[in-house]
Amino acid sequence: MAAEPSGGGMRTFYTGLVVLSVVGIGAILYLMLKPATVSIPVNVAVQASDTAGFQGYVAGSPDAPVEITEFADYQCPYCQTFATIQMPTVEERLIKTGRLRFRYRDFPLSDIHPNARISAHAAACANDQGKYWEMHDKLYDGQADWATKANAAPVFQDYARQLGLDVKAYDECMKSAKYAGRIQASRNLAVQLGVSSTPTLLVGGRLWTGRIDSDAIIHLVDSLAPVKPAPAEADSAAKGAR
Amino acid sequence: MATALLSLLGVFVALYLYLYKIGKIGTLVCGTGSCETVQMSPYARFLGVEVSLIGLLGYLGILAFTLGALRPGPAGERWPATVTAVLSGAGVLFSLYLTGLELFVIHAICRWCVGSALIITAIFVASLLDRRTHTAA
Repeated sequence: MAAEPSGGGMRTFYTGLVVLSVVGIGAILYLMLKPATVSIPVNVAVQASDTAGFQGYVAGSPDAPVEITEFADYQCPYCQTFATIQMPTVEERLIKTGRLRFRYRDFPLSDIHPNARISAHAAACANDQGKYWEMHDKLYDGQADWATKANAAPVFQDYARQLGLDVKAYDECMKSAKYAGRIQASRNLAVQLGVSSTPTLLVGGRLWTGRIDSDAIIHLVDSLAPVKPAPAEADSAAKGAR
Repeated sequence: MATALLSLLGVFVALYLYLYKIGKIGTLVCGTGSCETVQMSPYARFLGVEVSLIGLLGYLGILAFTLGALRPGPAGERWPATVTAVLSGAGVLFSLYLTGLELFVIHAICRWCVGSALIITAIFVASLLDRRTHTAA
């Protein structure tokens, strides 16, 4: 916009503009199409070490008379509803009172939920630092923020930061994909048991799918282990709750 | 003309940050900086709008204006440089505010944000030089 440019000057300018545009667009496209740094492999061969000592994430007293295992997928909307609407009541009424031990196992539906495994892995990495259930809640509460993202890793990293995790250790855990085998093992187990949708609850060897609400779970636990009028006992059991 | 080229460069920097923020690009290439800390902080939004989107729209606006000012009519006049100086001056102030947040509130520096701050400052300086050239002419 200085003195009116000469024809040669304009030619150089437009050449520069075109070159910069091509380089810029090329760089952006390259970065968009480049595979994400964090990638959790699907259908990995499960090693014995993947499952050693791990049988899911457990909340509640080891002495609780009833155990329910949930097979779920963090990207599944029904699991989200269950986790955010039904679970608080289940936790308050059953887990904290020592009547129920709740076990969470991954059943990632990778075919329809591309972020299922990476979210499960984020939870596993949070578990390394003792914040599994906090990350579980974050993932379900914020599902709408990451479910459709091509790369959800930054959102999960942000959750890790918000939860006060050591982010460097968390990042290393995510990049290593060290829990891919464990997640796969959990999925394999679910398939063996006949699980085909999420959420599915396993109660006393029987699978329970479809409409699952806290009232039904409370009734079920009541039927399996009727309440005894012993408040002191319940108090001591509640100490094991998450 | 320098302002147009710099604005185009700014468009790509802001576009990169915005695409990252909406999840279309993987991890930010940031060297030893803390780009993701800054981008994921609450200060990455201003009045509910992504800062990177504000930057993108700002650079696009300056680019469109400076290209339009290259037409034969306004090309020899001083006012386009003045308008560019005002627009980029606002950008410089906004960048100063954001850099202050990085240094004193977030305690992390995003190299791309610093790059954008340098670009908008360069546009501001170039537009001031343009004005001077026209004054002298």
